[in-house]
Order: sequence, then C-alpha cells, then structure tokens
Amino acid sequence: LSLFPGGSDCSISFISHVLGKVCIHGRQKEILGVLVPALTELTRSDCIWQRICWQLLERVPDRCMEPVVLGFVQRAPGADVLSRLLGNLVVKNKKAQFVVTQKVLLLQYSHTTAVLQTLLGYLSLDGLRRALLLTVLQELLDTWGSSSAVKHSPPEQQLYISKAILICLSLLKEPEIESCRQELLAGMMEGVKCHLDSSLPRLRRLGMVVAEAISSRLSTEGPALKFEYEDDDETRELKSLLVQTPSLCAVPSLPDDDRSEEAAAAQPLVPEGNKKSQTAAPVMPEEESDAELDSDDDLVPYDMSEDKELKTKAPVYIRDCIEVLTGSEDVDKWEATVRALEGLVRRNPAATREVSVELAKILLHLEEKTCIEGFVELRQRAQVAVLTTDPIPVSKYLTSQFYSLNYSLRQRMDILDVLVLAAQELSCPKFHGKTKHSGAQKLHIQLLPGSDSSKDWRRIVDERIKSKTRRFHTGHCPMEVASSPNEFSSVAGHFFFPLIQHFDRPLTTFDLLGEDHLVLGRLVHTLAVLMYLAVNTVAVTAMGKALLEFVWTLRFHTDSYVRQGLLSCVSSLLLSVPAQLLLTDMTEELLEAQSWLGDVVEKDPDGDCRRLALQNLLLMENLKKKLEAVPS
Amino acid sequence: MALPPPDPQFVLRGTSAAVHTLHFSCAGQEPDTPVLFSGSENGFIHVWNLKTHRVDTALDGHGRKSVYCVETMGGKDRLLSQGRDQRICLWDLAEGRTAVTDSVCTEHVGFCRCSLLKVAQGRWLVATAAKGLEQVQVLELPSKTSVCTLKPEMGAKLGMPMCLKLWQFSCGSQPLLLAGYEDGSVVLWNVTMGKVLSQLVCHQEPVMSLDFDSEKAKGISGSSEKVLCIWSLNEQQNLQVYKTHKLVNAGISGITIRPDKRILATAGWDHRIRIFGWKKLKPLAVLDYHTATVHCVSFSDHRNPRERLLAAGSKDHRISVWSIYTET
Repeated sequence: LSLFPGGSDCSISFISHVLGKVCIHGRQKEILGVLVPALTELTRSDCIWQRICWQLLERVPDRCMEPVVLGFVQRAPGADVLSRLLGNLVVKNKKAQFVVTQKVLLLQYSHTTAVLQTLLGYLSLDGLRRALLLTVLQELLDTWGSSSAVKHSPPEQQLYISKAILICLSLLKEPEIESCRQELLAGMMEGVKCHLDSSLPRLRRLGMVVAEAISSRLSTEGPALKFEYEDDDETRELKSLLVQTPSLCAVPSLPDDDRSEEAAAAQPLVPEGNKKSQTAAPVMPEEESDAELDSDDDLVPYDMSEDKELKTKAPVYIRDCIEVLTGSEDVDKWEATVRALEGLVRRNPAATREVSVELAKILLHLEEKTCIEGFVELRQRAQVAVLTTDPIPVSKYLTSQFYSLNYSLRQRMDILDVLVLAAQELSCPKFHGKTKHSGAQKLHIQLLPGSDSSKDWRRIVDERIKSKTRRFHTGHCPMEVASSPNEFSSVAGHFFFPLIQHFDRPLTTFDLLGEDHLVLGRLVHTLAVLMYLAVNTVAVTAMGKALLEFVWTLRFHTDSYVRQGLLSCVSSLLLSVPAQLLLTDMTEELLEAQSWLGDVVEKDPDGDCRRLALQNLLLMENLKKKLEAVPS
Repeated sequence: MALPPPDPQFVLRGTSAAVHTLHFSCAGQEPDTPVLFSGSENGFIHVWNLKTHRVDTALDGHGRKSVYCVETMGGKDRLLSQGRDQRICLWDLAEGRTAVTDSVCTEHVGFCRCSLLKVAQGRWLVATAAKGLEQVQVLELPSKTSVCTLKPEMGAKLGMPMCLKLWQFSCGSQPLLLAGYEDGSVVLWNVTMGKVLSQLVCHQEPVMSLDFDSEKAKGISGSSEKVLCIWSLNEQQNLQVYKTHKLVNAGISGITIRPDKRILATAGWDHRIRIFGWKKLKPLAVLDYHTATVHCVSFSDHRNPRERLLAAGSKDHRISVWSIYTET
C-alpha cells in the first residue's frame, strides 16, 4: 500500500481481484489481518483513502464478495470503522447487500454479538442504509415469529436472531418504528405465541425478553408488556443489548433519554411525601438518672417465665388431620396440620395404611388456604410419604387419576413428580431420614413448575455410564455403599405400567399426543426415571420391552423436550435391563433403534438430543463388547 | 424468687358471647352496689353486680348487633353504648329502668370505639368515627350537635381511624383528640379548630388501641405487631417516640392505664393480659387465664385503693376480674 501515492489515478481493480482471490481461497485471516488495521488508520481522517477503500471493495468480483465482506465485518473494531471502510457498498452492490442483510443474519449464526452490533450499527449510520435496517428488522421478526422456526431451528440460532432483533430495536429511531408499527406488533404477537408454546424453558424466556423489548419500544406511554421470569445470564445479556453504547452510534440514543426523564420524574415525589409525617426518632429518655423512679420499684414483678410464644398445636392422629384438612374453618389449625402431616404419616405407617387412598385424594386436591411458605413442597412431601407408606393402592389411585377428566396440567405433572420421588425413595431407602436433605440433593427433582428435571437425571445417567465403563476396563471397583433391600422392586410395575397404558387415548380435557405435549414430555421423562430405578427388579425386562415399544411409536415427535425424554428412556433401559436379556429378548428392536439413533446424531436440530443419542450408541457398543468379552 | 402470677379473684360467666367492652362504675357511696358493664357480640349489655357476681340486668338496644363500647356518663345511671348497628345509644338506668333515651346514628361501619370527655357539668363531647373513610366527628352530648369533623388532608392516606381518645390538659382548656389510624400513625388534633397539631408514625401495622396520661403528657399505643410504642408530647405539642417495647407474641386489642397512673394493662391476641409499670414500662406480670383472644381490659374506679380491680373480657365468653398491685 505504501506504493500508492495519494490521489493518483491508479487502477485499483487489480488489487481488488487479488484480494478477492486470496479471500476465496480461505486466506482471509492473513491478508485482512494486515489490511484492515492499516486501512482503519489511513481512513480515519483522510477522505481520499476512504474513497480508495470503497473503490477497492466495489471492484471485488462478485463471486469473491462474500468472504471479503464477511472478513471485513468480522474484523472491523466498530460500526463507525466499518462504515468508513465499506461506505455504501451494501447499497451499491447486490451481492454485498445479500451477504450483509440475509446471509449473516438469517442463514448463519456462528458470529459473536460484537459482530452483530458492528454490522447492524453500520447499517444504521447512513441515511441510505437505514432503510435496509428496517427491512432487516422485518425479516428477522418474520423468522423469529415463524412457528416452524421455533420448533425446528437450534436454540443457538434462535438466540442469535433474538440478539439481532434487540440490537435493531436499539438502533432505530421513533419515527421509523412508528412507520412500521403495525407490522412489528403483528409479528410480535405471532412470535410470542409460538415461543410460549415451546416446551423448553430457554426458548420461552427468549420469546418473553424479545416481546417485552418490542412492546416497550412500540408503546412508550401506557403499561408495557411485562412477563414474569427469572433473569439469568442470557436474559441479562440480551437486555443489555437494548442500551446503546455511545461509541456505536452518532445519533443520540433514545432509550437512554427516556430513562433519564423517568428518573427525573421520580425525584420530586420523594421529598413531598416526607413533609408532614415525622418518622420515629427515639428521644433519649432524660428521666433515666432521675431519683423519682424509685416509686416504680415498689411494684414487684411476678414470675413471667411461662410467658412464651404461642403455638397452635397440630393434631396428633392421622384421622384428625383428615378432619382438619377437609372441614375445618380454623386456619391456624389447618396451617399447623399441613406442616405436621409428613412427619405424622412417617411415624404412623399402620394408621396411614388404613386411610392411605383417602389421604392421597385429599392431598391431590388440597389448595392453599392461607399463605404458608413452601406450601407446594409441604404438600408434595406429604404425598410422597403417603405413597411410600402404602405404595400399591396409592399408586393405583394416582396413576388412574393421571388419565382422568378434569384435572389441571399442574395436577397431572404433580402426580408424575410424586411418583418419581416416591420411587426414588423406595429404591434407595438409606437416603430417607437424617441425611435426606444433604445426601439426596443431587438426586432430588426440582419442584418448581417449568423446570427441566431431565438435567439432573442426565447427570446421574452420565455418572452411571461412567461407573459402568470404568468397571469394564479396570475390573471390579469397590464402590458399594451399605446395601438394604430395594423396596421398589415389588411395586415398580404398579408405578410404571398404568402410566404407559393409556397415553394414546385422548380425553376431552387432556390430549397427550396433541396440545399437551408438555405433559407428554414430563411423562416420558418420568418413565425414564422409573425405568432407571427399576434396575435389579423382577419386572425390569417386561418394563424394558414396553418402554422400547412406547419410544418407537413416538420417536419422530416434533417437540424436542419429548425427544430428549425418549432418548433418556433408551439410556435408562440400556442401563437397567441386564445385558443378556437385552440381547436375547430385544435384539431386533435394538438393531432398529441403533439405526434410528444414528440418524438422530446426524440430523436432529437439538444439541441435547444429539448428545443423548450419541451416549446411547456408546452404551450399546459397550454392551456388545462386554458380552463379547465374556466367554459364553 | 418471684412469685407465680395470681389467679383471678373471680370470673364472671354468662354472657354466652364474646365480650368486647367493659366499664366499671364503683365510685358510688354505700349502699350503691359496684357494677361492671359489659358489651357482647350478641348485642347485649350486661350489668354485673360485683357483690353477687351475677347479672342484674341485660340491656338489648342494638338489634343484636355487637356492642363494642360502653361508657358511663357521671354515675351508673347514665350509660352510653356503641354498637355495630351504627348507633350510639344513651340509656337511663335509674330506678331499674332499661330504656334507651336517645341515640345518634354515626353511620360508621367499622370497629372504632368512641371516646367520651366531660367538658362541663352536664356537657360531654364524644368523638366517633364517621361515615367518611378517614373522618372523625366530634359531637356534643346530650344536645347531639356536631362540634366539628376532623378530616385528614387529601393524600394523607391514614386509612380508617382505629382508636380515639379525647382529653384536655386541665378542666376548661381546649379539648384535644388523639387518634390512631390504620396506617400505624397517631395524630393529635385540635378539636376546636379542627386541625392537625402533630402526627407520628408509631407502627408498621394499624394502631389497635391507645391510652394517654395527660398529667405526664405521655401515651402508649399497641398494634397488630409485636411492639408497644410509648410516645410523649412536648411543649410545642409535638409527638415524639419515647420508647418501644417488644412483646413475645403479636397483637394487642386494648391498652388501659390505671387511674392512679402507676400501672397499665394490655389485652393480647395471645390470650394473655400483661401488666407493666407506667413509669418505665417495666414488665410486671403476665396473667394467663383466658383461652381465646382478650378483647378488652378495664380498671375499676373504686375510691378505696385496696378494692381496685382489673377486668378483662375475652372471646371465650368470660370476664376475669383480678386484684393486682392494690397496695398503694
């Protein structure tokens, strides 16, 4: 470049061709690593160099335009630098426009947030380019809102598009947003619906954050849309994109203005409120040292040691508890009963067995009468206690209610949670008791709605797999803990089979294979857990067969949460059913499953599904090797 | 070694409903029998003979709606009662009569007890919550003319008035009103001018009850939380917090200071009556007899200090009468 004296009429197109050829051969890093910083410096204040640079880029042949532009976009340290380097390339060159507005944003998703900000900032910096910004936003919104995109595209891509939308929103000015208000509103409504329908909490949160952002920009007066969700790193990062950093844009940032106005308005309210009422400032009693106080000492206090906090007593008998929970108007007593119930049930197993189904029924329908802390957990623990004390009749009741009419989705999912927790307790009874809270933490399924219980189980399955493979290579590892009889074995079938029986029969209020795919997902995960816990039980082979058939019918389900569950089911059954029985009774099904799993590993859009499928294939491999290693 | 708390001297049974208010009238000379008036949730006012411990008369004047305030107007023959039928009734009980001579419709649907103050011979002022949400009206009795209506200013957000106390520094000076409100503040009003003199935020929860000692210009208030608050009035007529006292259990329904200003009693939601020394709020006794919330406490006005009694009325339908700290 030092060969170029300023202002001469040299032909730049040769250089452009060279640049293009180098880039298209994959050598962007080397050449642009040198070129971009140099150009950045030179174009900083020199208009001629800017023009040279623009011409350089305009002359790049079309077939090489993409890698060149992409390289520049990735390497430019900021939107203003990119603006200096590219000029109005995107307006003048169709290929460049395609790359910037379509390819980078919609077809690729591997770029960092900084790159997105550079690119979109660049579009916003010139009047000619701003029109493109609007079209870009429209297209992003269309993609974001399409239900097939939400269902089938990977979560990482959806995150990328959401980030791009938020950055666009932060860059656009009021009049521009006003001009396309209707389309934005319609797009947002469509998109929010699809996102909230998804079973993955991450996608739901993405939808909520973007919808909130759009609605706040669309309507500056009046209440904006506000969802309730827990902020995590991802949502915080997304929300930070809405605030413009000064280096990015020469246009004064509107969102910041709004915020400073609001802050100013809040100030005058505060001092006004304090004028009339005096806050309590204790005055030091001056009479302390007064001699007069002796007259008070005439009065001799009585014994007040009995004066303690008042506590309502909970009933001591199970039948009394039933009475209080079903009829009593006394809220204090009701509260005390709810708190005491689990303990009572565990201490009186014989009495509980007499009324177990009745108790289970009451607990299933129990609603919060007063505001107790941890009501949901208390109720669930009581239900688990009842179920473990008298497993067979209560599991019969609960599984039948799962498929009955007129229960809410929340209640059905509660039934599944209770079954899992009870199964866990029955199969590892040493966790119950004093070590319940510390020891069982890692196995404890989260009780809050919408949480992803499959994560915990994946971890456990991973550990199990690790333990199995280790044993194979290094021989018998003494990892045994104190053993106790597995109480789950006699009742595993009662928990499992009724759940799996009626899944394809739709009721008027409950359609597992249709709308209620969230419950289907939870059901599948529950079955995976029950299968896993049924290791070494008598019914395990029958369960395995039934489960494999169940998985087979559902394997192409569109919901990725359901698919994750199905793959966990396969893991569970590979781990639980003894290897010989797997290979003798289920050979054909397993072979078919293997080809299906291979397909999933390659083609499934969801990262977790692919990983689970890979895990299953590894398990199968291990199984085969293990059996081959043992001389028959 | 401290003595265990005393038992009640006697217990009055027979109201068959929760007791909300009590008032003694024992200052009469012999052969006048000392009586205790009690107002119950079933709308009856019972006149208890303190010699026989039985009900002498039962007065039915509030349409079976709960009676939550009874006061005497100069002797036990003139009674004032307030009930949930939104009325204040004036009774003439001389010579065995049981008639309501007059009534005032307050249109107040809450539970705020009215406060009575004798300003001159035959002239009384009564402060009661009024129809408007935050308003207190002051009437003159027996003429029933309105003296003023005390309305907090717009935006003060005090809530309902919960308890009232009319008082004057000395006989003949202008009447003042202390009102405890739902938002936890106590306000001092100048009744003649109808203006606020001072406001103090004492509690986080509604002020359930208050009492005031005009000699020492010190008052005490209790609320639904665990704190008792003692405040004082300085020369500029400003309220300031003097001290707070934390209780074991939350909730106070009533506070009353004994006429000799030595001790005070509180009625608690935890079924207990607590006695404190008034000077420094030194806890003196916890009387645990009742099995449900104690709604009201009242000290008797016996001329002979040794005969002084404390009565407590509770939701468990009983009135316990105690003789405590009667030596001067």
